[in-house]
Amino acid sequence: MSARDDVLARVRAAQSGAVVEVPRDYRTAGSVDPEVLAERLTDYRAVVHRCAEREVPELLRRLLTGRVVVPEGFPAHWLVSLTAEVLRDPLSPRELDAVDGVVTTCAVAVCETGTIVLDAGPGMGRRVLSLVPDRHVVVVLPGDVVGSVPEALARLEATRPLTWISGPSATSDIELQRVEGVHGPRALEVVLVSA
Amino acid sequence: MTTFLGMPHGTGNLAGGPFPREARKALADDQLRANLGRATATIRAKRAVAVGELPDWEELRAGGAALKDATLARLDEHLLRLEAAVTAAGGVVHWARDAEEANAVVTRLVQAAGADEVVKVKSMVTQEIGLNEALAAAGIAAWETDLAELIVQLGHDKPSHILVPAIHKNRSEIRDIFVREIPSAPRDLIDDPALLAALARAHLREKFLSARVAVSGANFAVAETGTLCVVESEGNGRMCLTLPEVLITVMGIEKLVPTWQDLEVFLQTLPRSSTGERMNPYTSMWTGVTPGDGPQEFHLVLLDNGRTATLADPDGRAALRCIRCSACLNVCPVYERTGGHAYGSVYPGPIGAVLSPQLTGVEDNRTLPFASTLCGACYDVCPVAIDIPTMLVHLRQQVPPPAAERLAMTAIASVMRSPRRYRAALWLGRFLPRRLPPPLSRWTRSRALPQAPRQSFRAWWVRR
Amino acid sequence: MRVALFVTCLVDGLRPEVGKATVALLERLGVPVEVPLAQSCCGQMHTNSGYADLARPLADAFADAFVGYDYVVSPSGSCAAAVRHQHPRLTDKRVPPVLELSEFLVDVLSREDVGARYPHRVTYHPTCHSLRMLRVGDRPLRLLRHVRELELVALPDADTCCGFGGTFALKNVDVSEAMLADKAAAVLSTGAEVCSAGDTSCLLHIGGGLTKQGTGVRAVHLAEILAST
Repeated sequence: MSARDDVLARVRAAQSGAVVEVPRDYRTAGSVDPEVLAERLTDYRAVVHRCAEREVPELLRRLLTGRVVVPEGFPAHWLVSLTAEVLRDPLSPRELDAVDGVVTTCAVAVCETGTIVLDAGPGMGRRVLSLVPDRHVVVVLPGDVVGSVPEALARLEATRPLTWISGPSATSDIELQRVEGVHGPRALEVVLVSA
Repeated sequence: MTTFLGMPHGTGNLAGGPFPREARKALADDQLRANLGRATATIRAKRAVAVGELPDWEELRAGGAALKDATLARLDEHLLRLEAAVTAAGGVVHWARDAEEANAVVTRLVQAAGADEVVKVKSMVTQEIGLNEALAAAGIAAWETDLAELIVQLGHDKPSHILVPAIHKNRSEIRDIFVREIPSAPRDLIDDPALLAALARAHLREKFLSARVAVSGANFAVAETGTLCVVESEGNGRMCLTLPEVLITVMGIEKLVPTWQDLEVFLQTLPRSSTGERMNPYTSMWTGVTPGDGPQEFHLVLLDNGRTATLADPDGRAALRCIRCSACLNVCPVYERTGGHAYGSVYPGPIGAVLSPQLTGVEDNRTLPFASTLCGACYDVCPVAIDIPTMLVHLRQQVPPPAAERLAMTAIASVMRSPRRYRAALWLGRFLPRRLPPPLSRWTRSRALPQAPRQSFRAWWVRR
Repeated sequence: MRVALFVTCLVDGLRPEVGKATVALLERLGVPVEVPLAQSCCGQMHTNSGYADLARPLADAFADAFVGYDYVVSPSGSCAAAVRHQHPRLTDKRVPPVLELSEFLVDVLSREDVGARYPHRVTYHPTCHSLRMLRVGDRPLRLLRHVRELELVALPDADTCCGFGGTFALKNVDVSEAMLADKAAAVLSTGAEVCSAGDTSCLLHIGGGLTKQGTGVRAVHLAEILAST
């Protein structure tokens, strides 16, 4: 008998087989409020910038200096003012370790928790691009924003590689004091584009 | 040792010395008590604020408990769905009956990849099965990358908390470990948490950039889509799950949720319960293999190791709802004073007191069900509403009692059952001595006995 | 309304004044109580220690003793909790509503001012069974606030267990003592003369510790304070 057969047989013998009703009385939607999103992002030490869409190129010019990774599919019209050197994938991890920052779009942003989710799609690129560089700038459009976690899940495609980001890297392992900057980007900057 | 229905128990780091003896040692460690007291008080307060923000906390709890029960009730269906979905997405699913088998599977996979070292992330289950030791025996080095697990590993120690395994160490002790064990640590390193974290970052960076095989655990697996989920804070999870060529995930069979949308409950209750945050810094989700992004070889090892034995007990199976948030540890007055090592298991505290004996079988974990005053603080904070006090009483029922104790309990019950004997016992209360013989003398070690009453209540009542 | 008193074995044998106070208080409030003498013990010690088989006959005996009453009142949160939560699993026999004293006073008699006077500084420990199983909330504090000349001071970390836990006090004596030390320190920090609670077991433990330390702080049951005039 294989381990698979054995474990499944044990499971079948042990489980109750019952149909269990699941009460869904919790909230499945929240209010979309850019103020709350900005406040909650800031709460977890992300730096938040607010601007209109036409101001994005100038803002990115200021935020992105040196050598910057730009994923494929990132809107070209936002890069027109950039003075930084643009690097494109393919890049090795060691090459990524030596850049000054990365800029991406996002798949969805959650107000209630101050969370940005990347799905490795256009404008975001494969996961390593936004992981290794020390500075990560994310541009969030009004259409990206939802109120709550349930709404975020409904928007996302489960089988894509997903990264939920709520502030820069941190640890609470030393006396439970939150300390920033362990392995992920130590700086997270979020550009919230107003409607 | 098997149970009825032939479900063997688990092995590994799940049992230790008798709790009263180990607790006594821990209580004498003032540094440990100070660290724990401070740490748990801090996180209790944070958790209360984070949970208090949600108007639908109780509804999320009820939903989460039911979701887990629903999954466990038809676990075979969900496991098969998960297996099919992971396989369709390019992953390989392995099954392990026990710790030994899981270790053998992982060792074989690492060897097949031609690697002699692995980086590890977020996995209490690999601590449970003793994976690092098994790999070491096969000449494979396992590098822990969670800061706390790194501290434990470098300190040649054992984890003492589910979420913050090095909670028993304060910053000075951590500084000392780093100076001793990390070659690049400056001699005059000060014990500032930010500097300590920065040192760990530099030390592990090299490992991340060169490792070819990673071993992880998982917080959740979605049966519907085959998606795995790792909830973390530092980014070492993202590193391990993205950079290496081969990813091996070891996961207990109870960690499933039925559908993608069901994550909505746990992604809200887990961060608030564990670190007291609205959301933890990083949560990674992946399904099988994504060409060109991350590991191109993915293996999922599904582990039993006593979980089916636990599942078989209708009054004990709710322990498998546990999402390893550790809220119960942080609120437990016993854990706060003894720390995790006293429990002898990688799962300590209230959940450990009900889960560890069920995984190993109560005969191999007789003292943990009694390591509690049944105060119920754990039940109040559990995000999946596990009724730990009731479960502890249920497990106590299964522990074979010492003969002398059974004799005493039988005698007392016999007195209570008989009005005549009861009246006689009450009358004897007038002669309560100042001191008691052992083992009752344990009472008078730190507590004065009450004054012996002149007459019992009922003697007064019948005469009034 | 026929009300019976479940005095509990601990009060009956070791702290009869708590029972006497409960009787005096209820009679003063116009509620004559009966004390069916067939009563003995709720069996929680046996149930909680894994001897459900020995507790079963005690649960049956309890139901038989209290047949026919409208309410059963008890000066013990843990015993009321044991009857309400544990007995249904031990016996099919039904019992009338069994209420802890503060529940009876506030919910049934609708009284928060029971006409008491107790000129002392008091701190109150909410025992775990009352707090988490019965969920009596702040009923005891509301009752104490109406006691004339009583100075009520809040107990720090009040919700933390005192460390008694039944047989835990003997089986895990070291941890029990550590928890007791912290609870006693919390009581002392309030400057109170009296520590009160609704459970004699916890009071024997806390009071025993405070006396052993020679602190002069007395452990007095809620019933004794409310009966005082």
